[in-house]
Amino acid sequence: MASQDQELAVFRAIGNNDKSAIESVYSENYAIIQHFVVSNNGTEDDARDIFQEAMMVLYEKARQQDFELTCQIRTYLYSVCRRLWLKKLQYARRIETQVENFDKVVPVEEDLEDHEKLTLQYQTMRTAMGKIGEPCKSLIEAFYVHRKNMHEIAGFFGYTNADNAKNQKYKCLVRLKKLFFAQYKNA
Amino acid sequence: MDQSQIAEVVERYLKGEMDTQEKLAFEEARKNNPELDQAVVEYHFFFEEMVRYGEVRRFKSNLYDTHHTLQENGEIKEIQLTAGTRIINMWNKYRRVVAVAASIAGITTLFISGMITLFTPNRPIRDIEELRRKVSNLEKQTSNQTAEIKNFKSKIEPGADVKFGGTSFLIDQKGYLVTSAHVLKGAKRIYVQSNDGTDYLAEIVKKDLETDIAILKINDEEFKSPKQLPYGIGKSKNDLAEPVFTMGYPKDEIVYNEGYLSAKSGLQGDTMSFQITITANPGNSGGPVFNKNGEVIGILNARQASANGVVFATKAKYIQNLVDEIKKSDKDENIRLKTVSTLRGISKPEQAKKVQDHVYMVKVVLS
Repeated sequence: MASQDQELAVFRAIGNNDKSAIESVYSENYAIIQHFVVSNNGTEDDARDIFQEAMMVLYEKARQQDFELTCQIRTYLYSVCRRLWLKKLQYARRIETQVENFDKVVPVEEDLEDHEKLTLQYQTMRTAMGKIGEPCKSLIEAFYVHRKNMHEIAGFFGYTNADNAKNQKYKCLVRLKKLFFAQYKNA
Repeated sequence: MDQSQIAEVVERYLKGEMDTQEKLAFEEARKNNPELDQAVVEYHFFFEEMVRYGEVRRFKSNLYDTHHTLQENGEIKEIQLTAGTRIINMWNKYRRVVAVAASIAGITTLFISGMITLFTPNRPIRDIEELRRKVSNLEKQTSNQTAEIKNFKSKIEPGADVKFGGTSFLIDQKGYLVTSAHVLKGAKRIYVQSNDGTDYLAEIVKKDLETDIAILKINDEEFKSPKQLPYGIGKSKNDLAEPVFTMGYPKDEIVYNEGYLSAKSGLQGDTMSFQITITANPGNSGGPVFNKNGEVIGILNARQASANGVVFATKAKYIQNLVDEIKKSDKDENIRLKTVSTLRGISKPEQAKKVQDHVYMVKVVLS
């Protein structure tokens, strides 16, 4: 079992989107969550979705400066998954649900409320992105999501030089901003 | 300054890319220009959201990649529940349905037996015989109608401008198909026709012009999902001279062709595709390219089919990429790609027989 310092280092690395940290947390914890979900009326797909959502919560918490991880990553993930899965089961059946437990749990209700807010914000941008159309969408994603530089983008999209690509990027950005705020007010 | 210039200046300001002098001048301008000030506030929030959006997207794609890698390494396996647990699970899941169904059945039985006791004694036998005759007449009529319906398979309205575009194949038994994006050009409606000649209405889920791949979904009540697809979408490395085969619709019926992988890159060094030597023509576009184990290794792109049999095929890993993109952007479409093929080690005719029902002709209605 990893020491507390190691756990904390992994936790911070998750917040930095570190691929090897993600991989180690994933491989160490997936089986137990999978077992939990599948033995409680879930499918393999449910297990994956629930686990990945819990990873998202872990990531959000790791990025939050004032958050302190007071238990093991494993316990935290399990608690989040358990809560998420219970919620889904209750939603599906609208009755009190009992699930088989596998591990100890910590309270995560507040964290999940934060998570819902952040998800909503993320979806606002996603919806705006969905409305902007091509080539704007790919252009903006290339820059802000895939972090390509303007030279690479110009070559990829067939602009004659980086400046032209940049001008186009800003034209797209103006439109996206409009769509984003329109969406934001609706939400 | 027009809007996009403002966007550029504000982004440079917020990212701290201005030198001291420029920054001072900008801050001065901001003080005197409330519109600019407002723009800075808005962009500040907007860029924060944009950056966060980008980070979340990257994190999500890391999660997907990780899941994929672990699945391939065998670190993530599907759990085989024991029969007992599964039955209990089923019972838990359906007990309410079962209860409702049972009570409806009970009530109906009581009702019917009540009706029978009420009406039977007075009914003369002659009436019953007449009824029986009527029923058998009805049966005859119905079977005639069914036969007519069977004969009238085509759903495409007569007189429509139909182009027989190309070939597509199932990648998920729920009705998701892959084809070439260029096949769908100008489509108003899309039908896919199965090997037995039935048309199904389909819609585009996503297309990517760069890789020339499109994913379709059959949106038709008549479509019955096959139990399982015999082939998987391959991930193994492909070798030169490896034998390959394809199935597709260069004409009205399905056609089998064999060839070999002749270059690992496509036209003008295009690394997204490879080159194969095979007989194909534009109707084969969008068809699957299988290796000898029956894994899909590419999507045939016979747009530039030439006389000497050189054709290009988009590498199969781009199907996975497109599916991942769909999965990331839209939770409603739940596409699962099979990676394992059950066609390994069986004869070519057997492979073709198992594959043919999952390869569809694409018909594009232009107007």
